[in-house]
This record gives sequence, structure tokens and C-alpha cells, in this order.
Amino acid sequence: MRKIFPTLLFSLITLLSCGTDNDDTVSQAIVTFNFNHNWDATVVTNTNFNTIQYTNAHGEQLSITKLRYLISNISFQKSNGDTFSLDGYNLVDVTNNTNLSFTPTTTIPTGTYSSVLFTFGFNNEANYNNNYPDLNATSWSVPGILGGGYHFMQLEGKFIDITTTETGYAYHAIRAVDNTGTALSFENTFFEVDLGAVTITNNATFEINMNIAEWFKTPNTWDLNVLNNMLMPNFNAQVMMFQNGQNVFSLNAINQ
Amino acid sequence: MKWILYYILPFFICISCSNESVDKYVPTPSPLQIPPFFQDNILAPVVPISNPQTVEGIALGKRLFFDPILSADNTQACADCHAPENAFSDADRFSDGIDGLFGNRNSMPLFNLAWNYDEKFFWDGRAFGLEHQAFQPVTDPLEMHNTWLQVEQKLQQHSEYPNLFEQAFGSSTIDSTLVTKAIAQFERTLISSNSKFDKHLLNETTLTAQELNGFNVFMDETKGDCFHCHGSDKNPLWTDNIFHNNGLDAAFTDLGLGKVTGDPADNGKFKSPSLRNLAFTAPYMHDGRFATLDAVINHYSQGLQNSPTIDPLMKKVAQGGVQLSAQDKADLKAFLLALSDYKFINNPAFLNE
Repeated sequence: MRKIFPTLLFSLITLLSCGTDNDDTVSQAIVTFNFNHNWDATVVTNTNFNTIQYTNAHGEQLSITKLRYLISNISFQKSNGDTFSLDGYNLVDVTNNTNLSFTPTTTIPTGTYSSVLFTFGFNNEANYNNNYPDLNATSWSVPGILGGGYHFMQLEGKFIDITTTETGYAYHAIRAVDNTGTALSFENTFFEVDLGAVTITNNATFEINMNIAEWFKTPNTWDLNVLNNMLMPNFNAQVMMFQNGQNVFSLNAINQ
Repeated sequence: MKWILYYILPFFICISCSNESVDKYVPTPSPLQIPPFFQDNILAPVVPISNPQTVEGIALGKRLFFDPILSADNTQACADCHAPENAFSDADRFSDGIDGLFGNRNSMPLFNLAWNYDEKFFWDGRAFGLEHQAFQPVTDPLEMHNTWLQVEQKLQQHSEYPNLFEQAFGSSTIDSTLVTKAIAQFERTLISSNSKFDKHLLNETTLTAQELNGFNVFMDETKGDCFHCHGSDKNPLWTDNIFHNNGLDAAFTDLGLGKVTGDPADNGKFKSPSLRNLAFTAPYMHDGRFATLDAVINHYSQGLQNSPTIDPLMKKVAQGGVQLSAQDKADLKAFLLALSDYKFINNPAFLNE
């Protein structure tokens, strides 16, 4: 009996030592990005879709029936220029309430960063140099006659037009292209969103807001009576979307 | 020496826990043959873990698909309303059931079903999963008007089916779940990927100037703007498998998706059908109201009806539609017909032989 006891005790201690410690501090942090949506501070989810209840800066009453958009190229930059890029992209689909949270597979070192950035849409390299079966399968591609690549955003709904008729709008953002000449002429309309400086001490969740009203507000007051459909081949409309998009995203909080 | 017991004994106890090899019948795996263009451009097909594709299961499903034994009076098979020569659709606007009654929807064509990622089947999406879809026509009073108990008994008493089920699923006890699993396996093999346009994308053939212009009309947001709902050269399914109100009616006699979800915002919405194989699938729309492709194109060009749930992508509704020129209409039709797959409808693996 005396010889069994040490063996059992040893086994017990070995097993107990397998428990998770709670006081560890991570050196590599997992970061998650949650995408939240509002209309000038009023929360918007897909449960608010399909009802005309919002008024844009130009004064049109409107509804949202579809909202999905692409974000990519998340990076954490240090003041010394070191950059940590996180793999992957995310098609935020508010309509179907999917991909509202994105956790890249890559981790980042804890520490202080001068900027946290992501790209709205795809930069040109990502847009044209890769084929994305998941995006193709969900009909996200842009026709070759407009240069190919992928949509950046599809925002659709109805608005009350100047004749008080309920009319559809399709605010689709892509890379601006002028296809009126013999050769396609492009202007970049993806943009970087800078969430500012951050100190990462642990696994972190970024709460990002999109104010949908801003797509119609600043600096271009969007008149849906004029610009409501067939906007993909409309070079000027795409540039206006790019300009208005600069004020759309903001960082609400970081939880870690 | 006793310490040896303390260490060696648990070791042997652990080893003895490994699985004993027991002879268990396993049907022959038969993974879907995914066309390379599908493989390269879209996500993998959906095949439930609970119903893997097997040689025996597919063969059984094919036999059941063409066998009128599923109907109450042994007069109607799945293939009666889903004929191979019609890309597994029905040339009649509405299919008549065994009692001579008609439904109010056109029979949907069957192909590339494993790529319906949301797995919502029927025009109104009321069935989740291909196996569940196969349950409904058997008992529908407007179709086969049978009971599953009766089907199971007939198949069980059949001279061959118990053995075929044994081969397919390792059990000769036949139930509705196994019947629908077998049919779903066969249906998943109905892959269409050999249209003229497919060959064009593979540089194996050349489109005519008219077909090419028709493709441009299809992809041009200021003209046809068909691609937002019906795929593109990057999406060989030629459908988004999503539900839309495409402006057929100002008021609805058939609520479509709205009746399934109970959400008024879904009223009048029906699944976008694939544009593959249009040469074989007339009449068109959920209720087969258009006998010809010309009528379909005319609808989108000048026949749109406004309603509260009409899709925002249905533009120029006040003018009736996108106002295509006669030439663009003809070119668009030529392109659409180039999506038809004659090899598919003549594939011996899909015919009742």
C-alpha cells in the first residue's frame, strides 16, 4: 500500500497541472473586428430593413433592402514603420446577418501601434490579381466590360422620388471606371480606414461603426432622384461614393 | 517488482480499448465529378455528411426517380414532371398529378443542385435540403398523392428493391428517409457544364458576334443588367439562388417566399432560376406564364409591374423596364441559348435506360 500511494499522488499532481492558467499575458494577440451599423446614431440591423424610415441629407425618405460590403488588408502599424498585415478579407453581409464579426487567422504582437488600418473594398492588386471562389459564388464580381474585379459595396433599397413614387435604388460601389472611350480609364476608389492609435495588451475586439447616412451626406449631398441606379458605369458617381465614404466608418470601442 | 504491475497493467488496459475491426458493409464511394471550371471559380458543392454519394445509392436513386411506384396508383414517376429532354423540367405550364389536378407552379429544372449553397429548394424555398425536397411530391395531393407508409410497403414487397437498398445503405429495411436519400444522390449527379458558352470560356469554341454582344447586354448595367441575379462568366451557375420579385405582377395571387416566411416584405418573391438550358425549359417563370424567351426578354424590357416588394434592381419600372433595342433583344436571346447544354440532356447516365 505504501508503494501505491506515491504513484497515485504523482499521477494526481500530473493531471492537475494540466489546468489552464488564467493569469497568463499573451505576447501574440487575436484580434476581432465587429461591424455595427447605424443611421445617424440609430442602430440599423436587418430587422430594420424593407421599411421606409430613414431620411437622407437631400431629404429623400428611404428604406434599405440589402447591404453588404467588402473589407480587406487589415494592418497594424508601429511608429517606427513596422507593419503587421493580417491575412484575409471579409464580406460583411448585413442583409443575412452574416460575417458581421471577422477574426483574421493571423495574430499580432502585443504592444503600441500608431495606426490600425483596413481597406474598404480591395486595393488594385487584390482586386485584379486573384480569383475568389467565395465571392464569385455570391455574385460579387464586376463585369469585364467595367474592368473586372469585385464590388466594394452593394447598398440597395427604395426611396420616395420627386413624383412621390416608391422607386428602387442600387448604390453599388466599385473601382471608378470610364468606359465611354476606346480604352477603359480608371480612378482608385478603394480607401483606407484609419482607426487610430491603439495599445494592444491582450486579445482584442474592435467595435467598428458604419454610419450608413454618411454615404449620402458629406461632402456630396446625394440626390437619389438623379443617382439611383446604373451607378457602376457612372465614373463621377463612383468618385462621389469614394468621397462620401471617407466619413462613414468610425471606431466605437476596443475591448481587451 | 510490484511497481511493474502499476505501470504495465494500465498500458495494456489502454491498448485493449482500441476498436475491434468489425466487418461492416460500405457502399462504393462515388464523389461528385466537379467540372474544372466550377472547381476553379466557385465554392465546393454541398453534400451532406449523412448522405455521401455512392455508386449503389446513385443507381438506386436513378431507378426510383424513373419508377412510377412512388405514386399512389403507380402511374407517375418524378421524371414525368422532370423529363431529361427538358433539362428535368416539364414542357407543360403546370404539371398534372395522378388525379388529373394541376398545381400553380411550373416544374423546376434539375441540375447543379449541389451548388445551391443556401439549400432552399422549390420556387418559394420551402424545403431545406435536397433530401427534404424529395419528401414533398410523393404526398402532395396535386402530384403523386401517396402516403409514405404505402410507398415503403410497396418497395419492401418488391422483388428487387430490398436488395438494392441493402447494397446502397446496408439495410434492406426501406423507409422514406432512405428513399429520399437515394433520390437526392442521383439528383446531385445531374451536373450541367457543357454549354457552348462553357466551351467558349475554356477556349474550345468561339461565340458568334451576336452571342458576344448578347453577353455584353447581359453584363451591362445600363442594358440588360442580368448578372446581378443570374451569375456571370465568373459564376457558372447562372443564378444567385436567391429570391426576388422581378416585377411580374402589381398584385399577387401567389405570395411565393412570403407565404413561407410570413414576412410581407417577401411577398411575390421567387427563386432566380438558372439560365442554363433555356432551350429546353420553356415555359418560363414560376408560373410558366411566358411560352417563349422573347416574351421573357420583353417582360424585362417593357413589361415590369410595380409593387411594394419589387426588387430595386428592376430599374426603369415607370417606363416598364430597360427598353432594349430590337437588336439587343435578339443578341441577348442568342447569348442565352448559348448557355444550353445538349450533352447534359443526352447524357446516358441521366436517362431511363
